[in-house]
Order: sequence, then C-alpha cells, then structure tokens
Amino acid sequence: MKKLSKTARQNGITYGIVIIAFVVMQILISTGNISSSLEGLLIPFCYYVILAVSLNLVVGVLGELSLGHAGFMCVGAFASAFFTKCVQDTITNSLLRFVLALIIGALVAALFGVLIGIPVLRLRGDYLAIVTLAFGEIIKNLVNVLFIGRDSNGFHFSMKDAFSLGMEPDGEVLVNGPQGISGISHDSTFIIGVVLVLLTLFIVLRLINSRDGRAIQSIRDNRIAAESVGINVTKYKLMAFSVSAALAGVGGVLYAHNLSTLSATPKNFGYNMSIMILVYVVLGGIGNIRGSVIAPVVLNLLLDYFLRKFQMMGDNVVLNFLSDNRMLVYAIVLIVIMLFSWSPKMIAWREQVFHKKAKEEAE
Amino acid sequence: MSFLNYLISGVSLGSVYAIIALGYTMVYGIAKMLNFAHGDVIMVGAYVVFFATSGAGVPAIPAVLLSMVVCTVLGVVIEKVAYKPLRNASSSLAVLITAIGVSYLLQNLALLICGSNTKSFTSVVGIPALHLAGGQLVITGETLTTIVACFVIVGCLSLFISKTKPGQAMLAVSEDKGAAQLMGINVNGTIALTFAIGSGLAAIAGVLLCSAYPSLMPTTGSMPGIKAFVAAVFGGIGSIPGAMIGGILLGVIEIFGRAYISSQMADAIVFAVLIVVLLVKPTGLFGKVVQEKV
Amino acid sequence: MKKLMRAASAVLAATMALSVTAFAEEGGTFKIGGIGPLTGSTAIYGQAVMNAAQMAADEINAAGGINGYQIEFNPQDDESDAEKAVNAYNTLKDWGMQMLLGTVTSQPCIAVEGEAVNDNMFLLTPSGSAVECISAGDNAFRVCFSDPNQGTASARYIGEHELASKVAVIYDSSDAYSTGIYNNFAAEAANQGFEVVAAEAFTADSKTDFSVQLQKAKDSGAELVFLPIYYTEASLILTQAAGMGYEPQFFGCDGLDGLLAVDGFDTALAEGVMLLTPFAADAEDEATQTFVANYEEQFGDTPNQFAADAYDGMYIIKAAAEQAGITPDMDASAICDAMKVAMTEITVDGLTGSGITWTADGEPNKEPKAVMIENGAYTAM
Repeated sequence: MKKLSKTARQNGITYGIVIIAFVVMQILISTGNISSSLEGLLIPFCYYVILAVSLNLVVGVLGELSLGHAGFMCVGAFASAFFTKCVQDTITNSLLRFVLALIIGALVAALFGVLIGIPVLRLRGDYLAIVTLAFGEIIKNLVNVLFIGRDSNGFHFSMKDAFSLGMEPDGEVLVNGPQGISGISHDSTFIIGVVLVLLTLFIVLRLINSRDGRAIQSIRDNRIAAESVGINVTKYKLMAFSVSAALAGVGGVLYAHNLSTLSATPKNFGYNMSIMILVYVVLGGIGNIRGSVIAPVVLNLLLDYFLRKFQMMGDNVVLNFLSDNRMLVYAIVLIVIMLFSWSPKMIAWREQVFHKKAKEEAE
Repeated sequence: MSFLNYLISGVSLGSVYAIIALGYTMVYGIAKMLNFAHGDVIMVGAYVVFFATSGAGVPAIPAVLLSMVVCTVLGVVIEKVAYKPLRNASSSLAVLITAIGVSYLLQNLALLICGSNTKSFTSVVGIPALHLAGGQLVITGETLTTIVACFVIVGCLSLFISKTKPGQAMLAVSEDKGAAQLMGINVNGTIALTFAIGSGLAAIAGVLLCSAYPSLMPTTGSMPGIKAFVAAVFGGIGSIPGAMIGGILLGVIEIFGRAYISSQMADAIVFAVLIVVLLVKPTGLFGKVVQEKV
Repeated sequence: MKKLMRAASAVLAATMALSVTAFAEEGGTFKIGGIGPLTGSTAIYGQAVMNAAQMAADEINAAGGINGYQIEFNPQDDESDAEKAVNAYNTLKDWGMQMLLGTVTSQPCIAVEGEAVNDNMFLLTPSGSAVECISAGDNAFRVCFSDPNQGTASARYIGEHELASKVAVIYDSSDAYSTGIYNNFAAEAANQGFEVVAAEAFTADSKTDFSVQLQKAKDSGAELVFLPIYYTEASLILTQAAGMGYEPQFFGCDGLDGLLAVDGFDTALAEGVMLLTPFAADAEDEATQTFVANYEEQFGDTPNQFAADAYDGMYIIKAAAEQAGITPDMDASAICDAMKVAMTEITVDGLTGSGITWTADGEPNKEPKAVMIENGAYTAM
C-alpha cells in the first residue's frame, strides 16, 4: 500500500509541474508580460512533450528502440489536416472541428501503429530500430507523392502529379504532393495543448501502473522469463506500440493545426525528427516520464529561445557567435550533457562530490 | 542495353554504399554501437581532398593519403573523447545520442569553416571511360575504380582479420569483450584500431563518392551514411562480406526501382525491400543467429 | 532527477526575467527582419540572401538611409522548416521588427505569412515562389517569379521557338518549387506543339545518382531536357550526362542560375544550356557589375540569383518606404498599411528586371529573360 502511494505521489508531482507551468504561463499571457517568441513556443512545447512521453512508452517501458516515431506523427498530422481542410467551410466551430480532427488523427495513427507493429515487433534490437526507421521514411516518401483534389465530381487521387488528377476547372487541390496541405486553420491553442499533455500523461502513467503495464515492463526486463510465466509477448508489445503511435498522432494533430502549412520534409517528419524525439527521451531519462516532460521544454528553450535572444542582448562578439551558430552550440551542449549525465566515471564522481556535500550539511 | 546500363550504375552506387557500410559494420561488430557520425567523417574526407587538390595543388594520390590520415586521426579522437567514456554506460542509447551530437558537430563545423556553397569535386580518377557495344554501353573510370576498390578493400580486410594478430584480437573482442580482456587482449587499443580503420575507409569512400557524384557540401555524407547503414543491416550487421553484398544489392535495387517501378517512390521501394528481407531473415543476409540462453 | 529539476527551474526563472524585459522603441532606425535557412542542406540560399540584404542595407545607410533614417537588418535562421521559421518570426517581433524581408524558401514562407497576415506585418519575400507564399493577405509581396509563371513561361518559350518536339523533364518530387514548376509546365505543354515524352523524378534523399533519369530521357528520344531544379543537382546531371555520352539541349529556370559559379565545376559541360532567369552575374550593365564586384569582395563568392533577389528586395523596400513616407516611430501595422499602397505605385529598376511594378495581390510584373551559356558566360537570346 505504501509503495502504491509513493508512485501516486510521484505521478502527482508530474501532473503538478505541467499544471503549475500552465498557470504561470497563463498569468504571464493575461497580464501581457510574455514575449511573442515565448508565446509562440508554447504549443510546440506541448507537442514535443506528447511525442517524447509517447516514445518513452516504447523505448523506456517496452524497451525497444524505435527510430520511426515521426512517421506516426506525420500520419496523424496529414489525416487530421486533410479532414480539417475538407470540412473547414461546413463545420465552423473550431473546437468541435479540432476534436473531430484529433480523433481521426489518433485513430489513423493507431491503425498504422498496429499495421506496422505486427511485422516489426517480430524483430529485435537494432533490426527493429532500422525497420522502424525504414517505415518512417516510407511514410514520408509516400506522403510526398500524394495528390488529392476535389471538384464537383468528388475526390480525385493521384500518385504522380497534380496534372494527372484530371479535375474539372472548378476543382481545388487539397493535398499537393511535396507542397502538402496549405491554408489549415489555426485550431491549436495552448489550453488544448496542455489538456492533451495531461491526457497523454494520464494514459501513459495509468498504463504503466496497471496490470498490463507490469506485463509490458516484465517483457523489457526479461522476455524469456515473461514468456515462461504465460505473458502473451506479442499482444503486450503491440499494445504499447499502438498506444504510443496513437499518441504520436495526437502530437501530429497539434503540430498540423499550429502552422498554416503542412508538408513532409526530411526536417519535420524524416528520421531527423525521430532522432530529435529520441534525444528528448534519453536526456530526460529512459523510462522516466517526468524527464520526458521537462527535457523537450528545456532543449527547445535553449535552441529556439536563448540562442536566438543572445544576439539581441547587445553587440557582443561571443554572444553573436553563439547565436549565429545555434546548431553548433546545440551539438556541443548535447555531447557534453550526454558525457556528464551518462558516463559511469562522471556518475561516480558526481555521487562522491554531492554525497560529501550532503554529509557535511548533515553534520 | 538499358538494362545493362542500369545494372552498371547500380553496382557502382552500391559499391560506394558497400565501402561506407564496411565502416559501420566493423564498428558495430566490435564496439556494439551505431556510429551515426560515420557519414560525416566521409564528408570531412572529401573536403580534405577537395582543398588539397584544387586549393593547394597536391596530386591525387598524396591527397587521398592525406585525407585518410586526417580521417583516421579524427575517428580515433572522436572515439576517445565522445564514445569511450560512455562505453560502459547503463544504456546503449547514451552513446547513440552522443554519436548524433558528433554528427551535428561535424556538419556545422564544416558549414562554419568551408561555407555553405556547393563545391564541385574534381574526380581524382584518371582512367578514361570504357565504351562498349558501339557507344551504347558506357562504363566510366570512376565506376571501374569504385568497384575494384570495393573488392580490394573487402579482400584486404578479410585477410587482415583472419591472418594477423590485431585482426584476431578484433574477432575476439567482438565475440566477448570480457573474455578477450582476460586473455590479455588490449580491448581499448583494439576498439581504437577499429575506429581508425573504419575512418580511414570513410576517407576512401568520401573520395570515391564525390568522384562519381561530384557535389560536395556539409550535408553530403548524411544520406549516403543512412543508406549504407541500411545496407549493413541488410547484409547482416557485423559481417564484412555481408556489408559488401548488402551495399551492392541496395544500390542495384535503388536503381532498378527507380528505372522499372517509379522514380518518385524509389526510396520507399528500397526501404520496403529491406523490411521484406528482414521479415524473412531477421538477422540480415549474412547475420549470425545468436542462440538465446536463459 | 533533482538536478534536472533544479536546472529546469533556473531556466524557467531566467525565461521569465527575459520575457518581461521591455523592448524600448529606439525611434531612430527602421528595423527590418530577415528569415532564411542559414544552416542545414539549403543554407546556401539563405546565406546568399542574408549577405546581399546586409550589403544593400549598408549601402543604403551609407547613402543616408530611408527618408533620412538608418536601417537595421536582423537575419534569423529557420533551417528551411516551417515551425522554426515561425519561431524566428516571433523572435524578430520581440526585437521590434517593422518590416520583413523573407522568408527565403517556400514552405516556411507560407507558414510565416499565416502569422504575418494576422499581425498586419509587411512581408516581402525575395525568393518564396509558391503561389500560397503571398496569397493569404494583401500584406505580402514578392521579388521573384511565381512557380506557375515560370512553368508556363518555359513551356511557351520552348513551344514558340520550336526548340524541340520531344521533351523530357527531370524534377525533384520532394521539393515544392520543382514540382510546382513541373505541374504548370506539363499543363501548358498540352497547348504547345511539343510532347512531354518522359517525366522522371528524384527526391531529396536520393539526389546523387541520375543515371536512370538520364537513361530514360535518352531512350525516349527527347531532344530537350527540362530541368526545373536547383543548380547543385543540375551540375551533377550535366556531369553524368556527359559521362554517358548523352547531349540533348538542356533548359532550366531561375534555379539553374549559379551553375557557373559552383567551385570546381567544369563550365565546358554547361555549354549550350538555356535558362529563363531574371538575373545573370555576367551581365554587362553597370548595376550588376558593381553588385557582383562588391559581393565578391565582401563574401568571396559569386552572387547567385537569390542574392540578387534579396539585394533588389532591400531597395524595393526603400523605394516603397520613400513613396509611402513612413517613419520609424510608426508601428508595424501602420507601416504595412502605408507600404501596401505604395507597393502598387512604385516602379523599380533592379538587378532582376527593369521597370518592375506590383499588383495589389503581391505579384511582380517582370519578364523572364532567356539566356544561353556560351563560352562560359550568359548570352541573351
């Protein structure tokens, strides 16, 4: 009983951090004390947190490395944006439209999660990682050659070019290959984002602390032992994988409705993004859900807020160099943080130093 | 005749993938890590040759040797500074993320030092093209060199591993690090040697890649790097003949997919073939099946 | 974990401290922002734009500024990503940006225009060529041609001059610019007296080997290969075509400009290539020559068409600002209202065209010039 209450308290702290951060930001917004650049980052914070938490379910809880998380985000984003684009004129209530888009995005992403999960989860380790990477790239490639148009005769599809849609002159190209979908209404808001973060946390934390979650964790810790006590490995692997995919789809929906244009580039839906999300998970701590909430926020603040601001803080050669070479600084910070927080020698050294301090303080 | 032309282009592209994949597969086999920065070492190698030949007027062969030395040193330094401290970390993902950091670092340093402008690489290959079947079938000197280089390298590496002491040590370390150490093998030295050889090969791969496809910029290495990684897995990661066969097959599939199925979906086809192969043979074409022990 | 928390709270505190810093209006200078890819695989375009825009700004300042006020130019990196571009835009707003010269690439431009239209921020994109870049509102204008304009113009030019009866196209199916031109080219080709016999694509992930595309073009008997792509890939295509002994007529758009300036490229391979471009670094006129000489002196590279567009863009802002009579103490929205009227009234002679005028929807009126590469230099046709 005591153990359970301890987890409950830990989870409470995680929810608390999100709610406090939300309240602080809301106060800043309502009193007009927030800069545009920080306000603009709030919704990205939400979807990066959702993506990191959902990937942590696969990497940390199930113990399999997935390099195709951005693929599910892409599926969710495109499915929902396509829906929004189609009904933009018929459903005028933006909240209702967003909720419907959200459901569609999450369901389609979950469907892809199951479809991809069935073959992929038969593999293990690095082979599984490379196949998820391959699926992510396939999704990106297919979305880039997808053309969908609508005219008075209904929908037209093509996998070649807009010209071969063969539309009437009154037709409108909805999905335009590499140009993707443009003119999506801005339905994402910070409040919706935070609600979705809390929902994601609720689903993931509930799953981890449930009977199913313990089964999933047992597969991670020792697959053979789990199998021998009668746990259906495939079923639980698939469960974790598809829940994670659906939540990534939710992140994608939020992403798609935050910008007025959506296209699948190597930058946003390629393996680069999958790796970026993995960086959040590893920096926050593998299996540590609260870490996955904090790490994306901290890293994005560094990359897109502080490094950009440096230049405006005065005509300083060092600050200008840092802001002109954001990605270089980011790379160095990443390497240093990894060495500092994961190297066994550093961990031992840190323990020694901080242990000593704690002892001295106690004395 | 088009078929033969496609086949030759495929083998040529695949040979470049194969040489890059060798670096991936050796490092993976021995250090058990995915060196994501490998593709960027290729880019560094190509820049060194570019500046040596067109900047300082160094002849081709010394320039390639210089580039190999630079990449070897770079590879060993990266291993010492960024990877070695994390070798015994509690999660193998830590070193993967660090490798990604190194990859970003190399790309952005190249951007800072060499600029964003594309450089057109002058081929270092002096062999003229072969014209067969009355000019219908053309095999360029670069293609010939790449294919020959690929086979020579694989041959030398196989000999090195099976016939020499350090090669045997590599095999032992890849089998079991702890046991190798107990037998008096210098594990750190062996891993450093692996990185040195892999990075030296990366320099050759960079030169051949840019000789055949002469455009050079800071991101030149990243996509061929990923494709070569796929090729290494395709052939069975850790296996040297596997890397070669995997690389060549991947190149041929890529070209044939583009030629006979769809040029827009060539990437999707390559990855789809990979998935099918892995589902049929889960450890790649030449991968070892490790028996699980309870 | 505790340390992470501590770090996080420190970061949060610092953020709040920064965010409440008031950005004082200086009143003495016009603040012009710039957004483009300064890192990543498309850095070459962003850096050219920012270099040229800074150069133009320095020249304008040295000559007394706009309406007697100096201008300040602030370039921000967007890695050619829509999300990062919006972040850059917000950062520039905090800086006090009054006008935006950007963004460089199409997708980010559409996203930024989605924000700028709500803020009523004046936006002039030097090189965002997709139709949607400036279609969201009347605050946005562009310097370059739009994709449909180029695709249609190319097809007409080939048709009217009867350059070929069989045409092959090699385009980048993962790039909006390239696909945009190709789609309009294919549509217009149906009205012209030639046939598109092969349309082969490549993607950003496989843009090193073009042997298949060239072989298909060769097999289809195409006399002309249309390349609506950027010059980096074009230099590879020309090299590989020469390697396989295929010598059709190559025809390109403004993206091909810069081909001759690629470091180490054998310009003999580009002999006979035709392109529709508004700018040629080898042009004889004085303005271009001064621009090229200054740019080479400052940055050590030959400027490409992106640089020329940006340089013109800064002078277009100057011309419109003088027409509108704006002053730096006006806010961004008031400036935008004045600028969008002024834009339709001015006529600008720039590097990328003479007598350029704008319609209210933001499109420039200028004619693409067809040039052919002869003896390593552009010659007008």
